[in-house]
Amino acid sequence: MIALSGHLLTVVIFFPAFGALALLFLRSDDELWIRRLSFVVSTVEFLFSLLLLRAVPIGQAGYSLEEFGHWISSPPINYHLGVDGISLFLVMLTTFLTPICVLASWHGVHHRIKEFHVMLLLLEVGVVGVFLSLDLFLFFLFWEIMLIPMAFLIGIWGHERRIYAAVKFVLYTMAGSILMLVGIIWLYNATGTFDLPIIQKLLHDGALVLPERTEMILFLAFFLAFAIKVPLFPLHTWLPDAHVEAPTAGSVILAGVLLKMGTYGMIRFCLPLFPDASRRAAPYVAVLAIIGIIYGALVAMVQPNLKKLVAYSSVSHLGFVVLGIFAFQNISMQGAVFQMLAHGISTGGLFLLVGMLYDRRHTFEISDYGGLSTPMPKLAAFFLFVVLSSLGLPMLNGFVGEYLILLGTYQVHWNWAAWAAIGVILSACYLLWSYQRVFFGEVTQQKNRELADASVREKWILATIAVVILWMGIGSPFFTQRFAAPCKTVIEQMNRNVMHEVAVPGTPRLASNRPADNSTERLASR
Amino acid sequence: MSSLNQQMLQNLRLVLPELIWCGTGVFLMLIQPFLKNRQALTFLAMVGTSVGTLATFYGFFGSAFFAQIQFDTFSLFFHWLVGLISFLVILASDSYLEREKLDSAEFYALIMFATAGMGVLASAQELLTAFIGLEMSSISSYVLAGYRRDSVKASESAVKYFLLGSFATAFFLYGIALVYGVTGSTNLVRLADADPSSNLLRLGLTLILVGLGFKVAAAPFQVWTPDVYEGAPTPVTALFSAGPKAATFALLLRIFSTVHAATQFWFWAFWILAGLTMFVGNLGALVQSNVKRMLAYSSIAHAGYTLVAFAAVTSVRTDPESVAPAYAAVLFYLASYALVSVGSFTVISELGGQGERYLTFDDFAGLGTRQPFAAAGLSLFLLSLLGLPITAGFFGKFYIFKAAIHSDLLWLAILMAVNSVIGAYYYLRLIVVMYMREYKGTLPADASQGLSPTAAMVVSVAAIITLYLGLAPNHVLGIVLSQNLILSAR
Repeated sequence: MIALSGHLLTVVIFFPAFGALALLFLRSDDELWIRRLSFVVSTVEFLFSLLLLRAVPIGQAGYSLEEFGHWISSPPINYHLGVDGISLFLVMLTTFLTPICVLASWHGVHHRIKEFHVMLLLLEVGVVGVFLSLDLFLFFLFWEIMLIPMAFLIGIWGHERRIYAAVKFVLYTMAGSILMLVGIIWLYNATGTFDLPIIQKLLHDGALVLPERTEMILFLAFFLAFAIKVPLFPLHTWLPDAHVEAPTAGSVILAGVLLKMGTYGMIRFCLPLFPDASRRAAPYVAVLAIIGIIYGALVAMVQPNLKKLVAYSSVSHLGFVVLGIFAFQNISMQGAVFQMLAHGISTGGLFLLVGMLYDRRHTFEISDYGGLSTPMPKLAAFFLFVVLSSLGLPMLNGFVGEYLILLGTYQVHWNWAAWAAIGVILSACYLLWSYQRVFFGEVTQQKNRELADASVREKWILATIAVVILWMGIGSPFFTQRFAAPCKTVIEQMNRNVMHEVAVPGTPRLASNRPADNSTERLASR
Repeated sequence: MSSLNQQMLQNLRLVLPELIWCGTGVFLMLIQPFLKNRQALTFLAMVGTSVGTLATFYGFFGSAFFAQIQFDTFSLFFHWLVGLISFLVILASDSYLEREKLDSAEFYALIMFATAGMGVLASAQELLTAFIGLEMSSISSYVLAGYRRDSVKASESAVKYFLLGSFATAFFLYGIALVYGVTGSTNLVRLADADPSSNLLRLGLTLILVGLGFKVAAAPFQVWTPDVYEGAPTPVTALFSAGPKAATFALLLRIFSTVHAATQFWFWAFWILAGLTMFVGNLGALVQSNVKRMLAYSSIAHAGYTLVAFAAVTSVRTDPESVAPAYAAVLFYLASYALVSVGSFTVISELGGQGERYLTFDDFAGLGTRQPFAAAGLSLFLLSLLGLPITAGFFGKFYIFKAAIHSDLLWLAILMAVNSVIGAYYYLRLIVVMYMREYKGTLPADASQGLSPTAAMVVSVAAIITLYLGLAPNHVLGIVLSQNLILSAR
């Protein structure tokens, strides 16, 4: 452990890969041990990620546990890792959801079990790598790598239209990411480095000033890739297919973590690297985000398919996150990060619950259910709990994020916040209405009468999720105090750049943006 | 007298690889009546290729035969590349020839002659020498394309290749004549001194470009490619898509790095060629139902990606000092594509079964469970063709993107990005078929049961190098980025 301490991030990234390698040595019909081993590996991985918690200082921005190694000589590409308050929790979210996915697939996945778990662990490698990379090239590498296991998860273990969904997922993401690659190379051409902190420093010092048009094009190249991933309206059409066709574990990881790679990219790259372009694009992005919030909610409301309903609710919830990011307020940014985590847990939980229903009845149609709380009261209780957290009941995790986002956004654009608030109401409508149709009323179908209630394994899964939901709702400062400083830095990086443009080169300027800064700080301390 | 002999020996040292390759070819033909053992012949041919390749170490950097041959890092790189390709192709052909009951000695001899031709192409510093190299490799290729005499498709392929190939050669030759008319020399060095605005020189070089464009299957000179690639024996297709293509690109690069090419005229010529080739290749591949044909179209598309780097070489925006990354991009891309191409065609050749009958997408269904090794290998090659990280293809594409953006070719880079996504669709389609679909009906009795040991070896070597280039490209980059990659012979 001591020997590893200098390379903790490397361990956190590649430990699941070794787990996957170990799995390959098991016989493929040795189902129980494959499941056990992958559960142990992913749990140990989670414990490793807990160690990160200690390493990230509270109230201090900047990267911790940095690792640096030369990889490719020309162009200089480095193996540069680091963690800060924002990526810390996203990594933990990933490592938390993976063992849960292993547990959730215990009975749901029946064929090619070994390959399934290998893919799940490789996916974890890619996703954690994305969050910890500080080199643009390395980031892109993990970003692309993670596509393949995800596509296989959807395509092999998914439902009826799985192949269509898998191919659509890959093509959509790839279309965005290839343009991002072009953007990354262009940025390299301008700066001579792929290293994110160095580029940020160049921008900060004013050593690098991108022409307005170039900045906009670069912003769009990055933003498009992230917006597809989020997904922002109107680029969301891959999401319902992928979510619905994926197996439960796939949906959980997809909704829980993969979508956050898009919003994480916006916070980490779009805003700090291209502040002016972000500012100019913000009104348009906000409109798209608001359309996404309302449209996603409305479509969710009319869905006859329970899994699709949850999928569209993701479009709506992620719209909030994008809105929070592009309000450029410290509060709303913190809200966005919190919402990313909360959505990961509660939507992940919803997909798990929907998957449990599917395991029993093999259907997602709401009309096939009804009155389920009679045969399965415990599952119904958990379901209600997660639904309430997802619609933003105070004391539960969904509330904190949405509230902070709306609060922060309201301070600068009250009308954005007003429109977005409609989404909060709508989410209560579709979630409660669907819950009512599934669980309340008379049991209409004979088959539903004998459904088994939650098993021990399922209870453990759901209890864990419920505890985290409650903890995030009550103990939210535990989270916010860790990512407050990095969020503030992002905002500062954006504003500093404005000062540089205004300032005559060489003369320090402090006056501009002062009031705005003060207000955000005051709010942050509140 | 002795000094003349000395000089002659020095000169011969620089063409030693070609001599060994040709010598092995002749030896194989002569020994054929006495040696009936196919495996022994395969072994001899492999020894011949490797000794020829290793003979490059005995050479030195410099020019020979009155500056007709130029041996530098550039030609060294391509000698190794074509040597390795021939080695792998011969190894992969062993089981193919046995299955199709074809004679092996002539087959190997032809491959050796073609390899020697490619070697000449890689180090030719003079257009007529290049022409000889081109013909050596082409004529052997014509014969190889029709090597399955009983197959109608193969005969069609050979005739088509021969007719169109001779036509293209005529273009090339006519171009040389015009260039000679303008400059009074066929040596590339003298071409460099010629006035680049001369229209006659431009016409001559354009004809040369047309001739070479045919050989590398650049649109609009690509029409022969799918039919020839499909009809030829699959190991030969592997050779076509890797060896002659790389060597011809080498010649093209040498010509356009020597003559004063950074002009609007050549820039736009390559720009249009690249754009057109990418789209023709990718859109063609999109609608194929035969895997071999799909890979043939994909080979056109990859020629298009390589041409993007040529546009960067000839861009006036590129300052002469920083053109080196563009050369490096071409070399790296050709190497990565060649290996992946040999690997994937080897898998295809094994899976086709006797007479290459089982090559539609449906025949590949469920391969992931039936033949995990073959499916995994083929998937890796497809992912490399697609350009996914940690494979050679990714870095190849990355360097071309980088060269293009460095030369301000933003639109061409975006076209290439669009094409990469189109390409992703059909490569993924094959992976999807292999892993996500079940085989419908019962497997025919004569379908392939698994890769033969030799083919498995080829696939492993190609896969290892693909991953190696994807994870640690530093060594190869060191070679292709070396200061004096292309030496001029003055």
